[in-house]
Amino acid sequence: MSDGKPAPAKVPSNAGTLLHRAEEEAAKDPLAGVDFRELELNLYKPRTMFSIILSWIVAGMTLLALIPLFAVLCMLIWRGGRKLSLALFTQLPPAPLEQGGGFGNAILGTLVMVGLATLITVPLGVLTGVYLAQAGDSRLAAGVRFSAKVLTGFPSILAGVFAYGAIVLATGGYSAVAGGIALSILMLPTIILTSESAIAMVPAKMKEASIGLGATSTQTVLMVLLPTAMPGILTGVMLAVARAAGETAPLLFTALFSNYWLASNGHFDLMQPTASLAVLIYNFSGMPFQNQVELAWAAALVLVVLVLVTNLIGQSFSRQQVQQ
Amino acid sequence: MASSPETIRAQGEVAAWNPGQIWQPPSSAQRWIDRIFRRLCVAFAALTIALIALLVIEIGVKAVPAFREHGLGFLYGRTWDPNTAHYGILPEIWGTLYTSLLALFLGSAFGIAAAIFLSEAYLGEVVFKILKKFDLHFHPIWGKLPEQLELLLKNLIELLAAVPSVVYGLWGLFVVIPLIRPACNWLHAQFGWFPLFSTDLSGPGILPAVFVLSIMILPTITAISRNALVSVPPKLRMAAYGLGATRWETILGVLLPTASRGIFGGVVLAFGRALGETMALAMLVGNANRLTVSLFSPANTLAALLANSFPEAGAKEIPVLMYAALVLLAITLVVNMFGALVLERAAAKSEAK
Repeated sequence: MSDGKPAPAKVPSNAGTLLHRAEEEAAKDPLAGVDFRELELNLYKPRTMFSIILSWIVAGMTLLALIPLFAVLCMLIWRGGRKLSLALFTQLPPAPLEQGGGFGNAILGTLVMVGLATLITVPLGVLTGVYLAQAGDSRLAAGVRFSAKVLTGFPSILAGVFAYGAIVLATGGYSAVAGGIALSILMLPTIILTSESAIAMVPAKMKEASIGLGATSTQTVLMVLLPTAMPGILTGVMLAVARAAGETAPLLFTALFSNYWLASNGHFDLMQPTASLAVLIYNFSGMPFQNQVELAWAAALVLVVLVLVTNLIGQSFSRQQVQQ
Repeated sequence: MASSPETIRAQGEVAAWNPGQIWQPPSSAQRWIDRIFRRLCVAFAALTIALIALLVIEIGVKAVPAFREHGLGFLYGRTWDPNTAHYGILPEIWGTLYTSLLALFLGSAFGIAAAIFLSEAYLGEVVFKILKKFDLHFHPIWGKLPEQLELLLKNLIELLAAVPSVVYGLWGLFVVIPLIRPACNWLHAQFGWFPLFSTDLSGPGILPAVFVLSIMILPTITAISRNALVSVPPKLRMAAYGLGATRWETILGVLLPTASRGIFGGVVLAFGRALGETMALAMLVGNANRLTVSLFSPANTLAALLANSFPEAGAKEIPVLMYAALVLLAITLVVNMFGALVLERAAAKSEAK
């Protein structure tokens, strides 16, 4: 019937065409006769009304959850943007009651400590990720994966406490190195887990082809797996860097703070108390001086821009991976 | 296989690039490098486990003197006085749990709602309907809009987690507190007999801290819950629709129960985050050694205590603070391990299906 043959001759021709038309319509859209508005959006039936109200509540709550993000960004642009000038990036923090000033040393300090932490974590994290992706389900691999997951939720302040006990007390003073090591504990799990999943996503046939050509595992890893997984690994590194750049708690009593450039006797020195943007925001926000509070807002704007840009760069790498 | 001109050229290039080596088995030097590299990978991996052990040992050993001196009484003492060397962290433990639980309550409600909104693709659906009205829904550029907006919304919620906590603290201090203060003081004036409103908000306090804390844990809950909801097999949803269930009967009756393990794991992990969160609390909770249920009263948490006391601590106070850090470490490790286990089980179960 459905293939649209002409109706049998006994039936009146008129009825035949009607039937035919209905059939044609049904074949075009099997749901043509169903009134979806009535089924889904009827406010007079309790079941559908309940569904609609809950849908609106959920939409409203999602919107509400996003308000803080925009509120923070607006406030940063409004209060931090007013203060923005080139001097902020070149001058040193002002003393109380002093006007002007900047936070050039804090920007440098943040970059140095995050760079130090990256130098420590990238080899460690990526090679651990290689091991996890290659070793599969061995007991050590399961243990490492579990520790990495537990470390992702490790309180940042405890990384600071650890670095204080292990480095500051041992070397006898607050330093950029202690701050960098505290940050690296927080970066490590992100890098391990993202590099593992990036390497695991490399098609198995590429790895098999490499082994089939007689490459050793090291050659396979260095020449096939790592280059192919590079965008994913870089995403992980960027996310970890963004997180570390914004961390305050681990730096509070490892790098402390400083009103001066990272140097002693005119030489670049990593074993000095070091300023960072995050700690500067924390210290200045609690001061009763207008100038310091304004500097804190400007520093927050710079920090957020730094973190968001790093985040977005990381996400653009992961898009490359998807396109491959 | 007949060698085409291209393959011959390719072979020639390879030979010129690395003449005579490419078809040889690995030399002994290469095998040594391979062996060393593998060992290095294993060693680095083992280092991750060792790191956790090292963290626990380092903090534990430094806390031993304080443990000897103050014993378990430290856990239920209520005073913190460096001058008389009387230390107790009951108010801090209470403050940590109280603020975290309240923030968890608020963050879960909004986080799970956002996860449902994202996993049901409401936004994409609405945009698709609007495009359909203009007959643009298969347009090569406009047709991609619903998908792109969904992705944008997901990324925006994830960006909430990218803002550094100290910036949230600054925002809370100068925006949230002045904003909610009149309402809080009105509540105290009208309903002061109610324990939650028994003090007024004179500056930093529990409520602004909870508010900011819940924003910070929301993205964790949303991301994990959304994953759990999306990985519910589509046939379950189809079956529910086929039986005549409405969208929300399906969500409440089928999707949420099926995804409940994953969602629960996410909530537990978020709880771990809330317990260990430092800066927003150090700036907003008021840093007062007080045991209270009032939402508007200043209080203190373990992490905030460490952040505020450590930089100025004398040599005698350091072991005591290490002891407090050990307590925080124990609480968060237990919560995080529990959350990771729950999520692992949930993943194993959904794979088994």
